[in-house]
Amino acid sequence: MKERPLDFGALFGSFDNFMSYTAGGLVFGAIYALIALGYTMVYGVLQLINFAHSEVFMYGTFAVAWTFVFLHGTGRVNQSLGEALPVLLAALVAAMIVSAAIALLLERLAYRPLIKKGAPKLIALISAIGASFALAEAMGLRDRFASWVGLDDNLKNYVVPGKARDVYSNPVSIQPKGLFDIGGYSVTDVDLVVLFAALAMMVALDQFVRRTRFGRAIRATAQDPESAALMGVNSTRVVQLTFLIGGLMAGAAATLYMMKIGSTRQNAGFILGVKAFTAAVMGGIGNLRGALLGGLVLGVMENWGSAVFGSEWKDVVAFVLLVLILLVRPSGLLGESLGKARA
Amino acid sequence: MIRSSKRWQALALTAVAGLALSACGTTDDGGSDSSGGGGDAGASPLCGKSLAFLGALTGDAGALGQNMVGGIQLALDEYNKDNADCKIELKTFDSQGSPDTAPGLATQIVNDDDIFGLVGPGFSGESLATGKTFFEAGLPSISPSATNVTITDQGWTTWHRVIGNDDAQGTADATYLTEKAGASKVYVVDDGQDYSKGLAGKVSEVLGDAQAGSDQISVGQTDMSAVVTSVKAADADAVFYGGYYTEAGLLAKALRQGGWKGTFMSGDGSEDPAFVEVAGPAAAEGAVLSAPAAPAPSDFGATGLYATQAYDATNIFLAALEDGAETGEEINTFIGSYNEDGVSGPISFDDKGDIESSSIYAYFVKDGELDLENPEQIQ
Amino acid sequence: MAKDSSETKVKKDRRGFGEKYAAAPTPVKVVAVTLLLVLVYALPLLRPPILTTNSIDFGTVMFRVIAFALVALGLNIVIGYAGLLDLGYVGFYAIGAYTTAVLTVYHYSWPFFLALPAAIVVTMISGVLLGAPTLRVRGDYLAIVTLGFGEIIRITVQNVEWVGASAGIKDIPHPTGIGAKPNPPFDQGGLFQVPRLQWDGFVPIVDLEHKTSFLAFGSRDAVPYYWLILTFLLLILIGDRMIKASRVGRAWEATREDEDAAELMGVPTFKYKLMAFALGAAIGGMSGSFYASSQAGYINPQSFPLLLSMLFVATVVVGGSGNRWGAIAGGALVAYLPERFRDFADYRLLAFGLALTVLAVWRPEGLFPPRRTRRAKAAEAEIDALEEGTENEEVTHA
Repeated sequence: MKERPLDFGALFGSFDNFMSYTAGGLVFGAIYALIALGYTMVYGVLQLINFAHSEVFMYGTFAVAWTFVFLHGTGRVNQSLGEALPVLLAALVAAMIVSAAIALLLERLAYRPLIKKGAPKLIALISAIGASFALAEAMGLRDRFASWVGLDDNLKNYVVPGKARDVYSNPVSIQPKGLFDIGGYSVTDVDLVVLFAALAMMVALDQFVRRTRFGRAIRATAQDPESAALMGVNSTRVVQLTFLIGGLMAGAAATLYMMKIGSTRQNAGFILGVKAFTAAVMGGIGNLRGALLGGLVLGVMENWGSAVFGSEWKDVVAFVLLVLILLVRPSGLLGESLGKARA
Repeated sequence: MIRSSKRWQALALTAVAGLALSACGTTDDGGSDSSGGGGDAGASPLCGKSLAFLGALTGDAGALGQNMVGGIQLALDEYNKDNADCKIELKTFDSQGSPDTAPGLATQIVNDDDIFGLVGPGFSGESLATGKTFFEAGLPSISPSATNVTITDQGWTTWHRVIGNDDAQGTADATYLTEKAGASKVYVVDDGQDYSKGLAGKVSEVLGDAQAGSDQISVGQTDMSAVVTSVKAADADAVFYGGYYTEAGLLAKALRQGGWKGTFMSGDGSEDPAFVEVAGPAAAEGAVLSAPAAPAPSDFGATGLYATQAYDATNIFLAALEDGAETGEEINTFIGSYNEDGVSGPISFDDKGDIESSSIYAYFVKDGELDLENPEQIQ
Repeated sequence: MAKDSSETKVKKDRRGFGEKYAAAPTPVKVVAVTLLLVLVYALPLLRPPILTTNSIDFGTVMFRVIAFALVALGLNIVIGYAGLLDLGYVGFYAIGAYTTAVLTVYHYSWPFFLALPAAIVVTMISGVLLGAPTLRVRGDYLAIVTLGFGEIIRITVQNVEWVGASAGIKDIPHPTGIGAKPNPPFDQGGLFQVPRLQWDGFVPIVDLEHKTSFLAFGSRDAVPYYWLILTFLLLILIGDRMIKASRVGRAWEATREDEDAAELMGVPTFKYKLMAFALGAAIGGMSGSFYASSQAGYINPQSFPLLLSMLFVATVVVGGSGNRWGAIAGGALVAYLPERFRDFADYRLLAFGLALTVLAVWRPEGLFPPRRTRRAKAAEAEIDALEEGTENEEVTHA
């Protein structure tokens, strides 16, 4: 392929294209933001990079696809959002439960023993990397596990013998319907649901952390774990709650993702996880609103970068932007920590 | 302390003894032909020996390697059933598709005296990383799936492939798009990897002025919105994607959902029913997927992309064996002069090791399914 | 408490071994070290049973083991000594490999032994260029910034034709050997040939058919590459020992433990952090350079994935961050175990992931924690014991 020159015209040349790149980026940015919440919450409370959070998300995507297979069968069809809605809601519940369960499992097995020992942060990162490998591989070997227990025949639609590492698609392909146009971009019902669901969940979580007792416990622990413990906050519970919330949000993100993309695989979490983590840092890690802003900015900048430099450079654009932001604002765009969020 | 240094001395002595022995026996290796040479007129000395497969069996591309092993095993089973007194085994070496792991496996293969031929390597990267090793050791190899053009330019005379290279397919695909599909503005997308860039690059080259633009996604990418906007902005009436079915399916889906109505075409990496699953039946409808292989006969006992090629490659080695070839050199000569019809099409090699006449077929997605039975020959 | 006492015992034993070694007369030391070295050098030819990988060439695996150990040694300076979390170390590895490839074949035709120092210098400079702006960023953010750097390097080499783009660079020349040049397919070249051992159970047999040419670098045999990289590993080890014991090493330690305090005491922390970063980068680049010119003589962008950076960090931390022997052991384990247990092909990554987690939880200080950590732990235990009361005191002093 020829190397292409910078093409600012592609982005700014017409309003239609500009809106189209921006809107596409916003929709995906919303998914980044929801995943980024998991990183931000855990970091805010524990100052740990929860590297395995990407797998929490990935298990959620499978939960969505499996729910569809379970309730709908494997016949491949197209459905509109309205037709698929009942199953989709069931899938949302399933994904949130599965993701939250995985997140809690992680906390119990890979983190809590280390936190108790007061181990250095780095070792927690290694523990998380190991857990991330193991979880992704376990999903990729699900056909073997099924045949060990002799259930491979009963579960063949879920474990797909011999193809467990391959892409796994939701049998129901959700067809978006264009509602109205902004510039040249036809805004669909799926896009709107993704954006609004993400925003709504963000607002709800933000309020939860700011206004409830549990939220106050989380903020207190994030600010000063020892004082919080002295004041009667059960820090283990707080950490569990943090992982639980991160897992629930990842499950929701997984549902929105499957609605838009429709297929997943055992390594689907990795790249999204890296992006979401970038978004969290960009917005100011530990900061819930920062995660939202970081996600949206990252999504949009990726698309703008694609337009100007070509899609092959979009990750470079994202990371260079991150470095620039950190140089100007060393603690991210909104820079606050979880603890400082005011009621 | 003293005891352990004694043990080390013993080890050092062993090492010294080893050096001394080498000084005695340094008369070049010259092969171990003492046992071969005549004997039973019927039974080849290769009986009971093995073919090797080198490629991804686990990891993200493991499914493709499993397809190939299916094809190889089918050919061996058929042969072993007919020749109970001369069974050939298969030894598989799993590279996970990584050019970093492959050289160690290649070294193991060339040091294994039981192995007389290699079906593989599976991918282009590992072919480039191991070609020298196999060439220096003189082990004949036939790849069912490595399509990168430059591999056969290295002068490795033991390296062959039973699949048309990216040039052949790229040319046919570009011609199909402009002449049969009537496209005048084709947008070309690749995934940044070698196979994909080779194929998409050839398509771009042949398209010339008919190319409306190009872009690159990355393997594992799921958000295609930027590419969709670019395609629509370029007002393209066809998109060619070089790459594998997962990203191809996602791209096709995003394009259709974005309201784009042109022809979607991709190459052999996407010619798999999973393409339709990923894209969804509506978005996949009408997509054209080319492959340098005829459809497998309906009673063919192995499934999946590259299974037929692997089957054919194995049969070439088995034919060499039946023909009486015994050394690597004889097998290599036999492969060079091979000229038969395999299940994937007619097979003969040019002097670089490329398949001489590769027929390229276009497969269509019809009524929500990839129609594997009625392709159209486009070259 | 029982645990504490067992740990003190372990500590004692180790010191015992070290003291015995230190107390031995010089000739004994020389003989012991020489024998150990001979054993290590001869390992891929001795092919000891159990240790030898049986479905992938042992020599190649040993080369990779040493390459990983070298990387771990370099990254140990960054993570273990200076306390900087670098998640993009693969970027330096790639820069070293690509510099070598570009200089020896793609644009120029330098010999390997000239390209190697050039690659080291180039990676060192790139370490300074990356470090200068980013080391001012807070510690935790350094991880994501360096991760981005690793990705930027990979994407750049994948898309820039000048360095071969996605096709990579092939035909990278091997290092210049000693003795006759190999002339494929049959003549291996070299000064003389060394046979290897083949084991029938535990009975060694000298295998006269598969021989290693002494210092002829070809594609059929990884053992000469192993000897070469092992030699450099030993040199780096000596250098590492010297620098750790110097003023620089102490400055790193001070910076890592408390940056503000170090700064107040007059340690120019930024300068020393940058130095650690550049030195670490240079060693990573060196390893990359050996990788590029090894057996296959072929590199491509896919060989430098993000995941490799994670593995590199794992090697250092698993072994015991801050301890050079720990880093080497970690590197060896991470490169060796998955290849040794290839029979479990499908499960090896799963097992590796589980092993990492279990190891982290079981031994948070790494397999071989640096002496400083062991000392600190012992002191802590003592303080705890004193605080808790007399019944524990006897345990610690026993």
